[in-house]
Amino acid sequence: MADPVIVAEDLGKRFGDVTALDGVNLELPAGGVLGMLGPNGAGKTTTVRILATLLRPDRGRAWVAGFDVTRNPGAVRRLIGLSGQYAAVDPFLTGQENLVMIGRLYGLTRRQARRRAGDLIDTLELADAGGRLVRTYSGGMRRRLDVAASLLAAPPVLFLDEPTTGLDPRGRLALWQLLGELTARGTSLLLTTQYIEEAERLAGMIVIIDHGKVIASGTPGQLGARAGGDRLDLQSPPGQDPHRVARALATLGTAQPAVDEAAGRVILPVADGAAILPEVAARLAAAGLQVASLALRRPTLEEAFLAYTGPPAGRPPTGPAQAAPGTPGAR
Amino acid sequence: MSTVTATEADARPGRPVPVLTSTAVITARNLRRLVRVPTLLVFATVQPVLFVLLFTYAFGGAIHAPGVPHYIDYLLPGLLVLAIGFGASQTGVAIAEDLATGMIDRFRSLPITAAAVLAGRVAADALRNLFVVALMIAVGAAVGFRFHAGPVAALAAVALAVVTGVAFSWLNLLLGLAVRDPESAGLAGLFPVIILFFTSSALVPVATMPGWLQAFAKANPITVITGALRALCLGGPTTRPVLEAIFSLAGLLAVTVPAAIASYRHAAST
Repeated sequence: MADPVIVAEDLGKRFGDVTALDGVNLELPAGGVLGMLGPNGAGKTTTVRILATLLRPDRGRAWVAGFDVTRNPGAVRRLIGLSGQYAAVDPFLTGQENLVMIGRLYGLTRRQARRRAGDLIDTLELADAGGRLVRTYSGGMRRRLDVAASLLAAPPVLFLDEPTTGLDPRGRLALWQLLGELTARGTSLLLTTQYIEEAERLAGMIVIIDHGKVIASGTPGQLGARAGGDRLDLQSPPGQDPHRVARALATLGTAQPAVDEAAGRVILPVADGAAILPEVAARLAAAGLQVASLALRRPTLEEAFLAYTGPPAGRPPTGPAQAAPGTPGAR
Repeated sequence: MSTVTATEADARPGRPVPVLTSTAVITARNLRRLVRVPTLLVFATVQPVLFVLLFTYAFGGAIHAPGVPHYIDYLLPGLLVLAIGFGASQTGVAIAEDLATGMIDRFRSLPITAAAVLAGRVAADALRNLFVVALMIAVGAAVGFRFHAGPVAALAAVALAVVTGVAFSWLNLLLGLAVRDPESAGLAGLFPVIILFFTSSALVPVATMPGWLQAFAKANPITVITGALRALCLGGPTTRPVLEAIFSLAGLLAVTVPAAIASYRHAAST
């Protein structure tokens, strides 16, 4: 495996009484993509800010491309691009002027900065707006300009804090494609996101952060597997109470089935799905129940995420949150 | 994507960016804002002109300042300090805005020195102040103001006014970084200027004030700076008032420059 380009060891950070980070460890191999998932306030942004040299940790150490982020921030800054949680672009400059300014501050000549800015404006589909004041941009356009600013110096290490928040579906797909191409050519990427789909799509490695700690890490597949066995996904036909299906099958599962009454859907966590399928069919037949569809699948990253971070506030704990007994973090 | 690849090769930064380059780039950014942000434009154009006309015509009939043919001769040096002081409050607002919107985070993630971001703002302010001073002298001249001590002293007066602006800009950077909220930064910048202006010799001679106020007015930095500007504009002994003003401004800079840089470095880490 390639040398790690980002290493964080036992990072801790407090803001007054609030513990933002409580011993975060990370490692990203060169050229890899690490996705940080976690609820609001989990510590994702604080971690990114420490790695991008903006914030000093209270304890622990971190290195980017071998440079210590607190002892040699200047060397780190020459290697990184950062797009923070809020679009940090000047509303009273045009898109082009914003990018040329950032390019010049990275040390490009005026000519280089102009060419590079023009290319990025085309790539991020801002060509029609490049000459307009950013004040007139939509939120999604500002966001794309901010990402363009982070790419200006073609940094080998890229930090993106919720890069697609506020983008429309088309902008999101375009950015995913661009990031895919950049990482395919060797850019290392650390991204935080609230979107499980985004982490699954882009990241080879995922860490789930909650309350300032890494509570799970692995590939999307590994995290799903650790959330406990398989999922049996049954669709009850219209007019048939899905709770009856759930009751008939409950004892086959490793945890209580989740019932979505409105959709007529029953999700049952099972240990070895293939082996119990005949028994499922037998019980349904015995109870005189029908199913419109039946699927056996791996848990989604979303189910894994909820299993690790606990059920959403205010919802009864019948969801996948209690999927597997003994799952770390399940409460 | 192919176009991005083409420019990637020469986009990678090698050496640290020279501080003069980064300062110049930030200065250019702030100059663009000066002409595009409506509030900033008003602070730099309408307000200075209004100050000259309003104070001249509202007070000029009642106040007879000693030793000058027209009140405007006595008044203009103080008004320069007032306009520069009011304008500088916008520098505190701007740096607080940059903090709030993440611009400071962006700048701090770049391979440039912290001082460049602040120096680039102060440099843009200095150019604005040069324009403001010229504008006020021109409008003042139209209503009777004249330099009475020759061209060298006149240029020295302009230079002293600009240096005063530099000190005010650093002070407001410090205030903006300390209070962090744009609206509070604006008030924090304006309030001291208003109080110090009306308790100084800017509008009326200190000798006309009640005794208890005279002691304060004499030590008031706006009195000191206005006194030096007035000496350079009107003539008379200049060495002592100018040295006093230079010492006051040097003292202010000695405190605010390192404090503002330190405060900038720590601004986002709390």
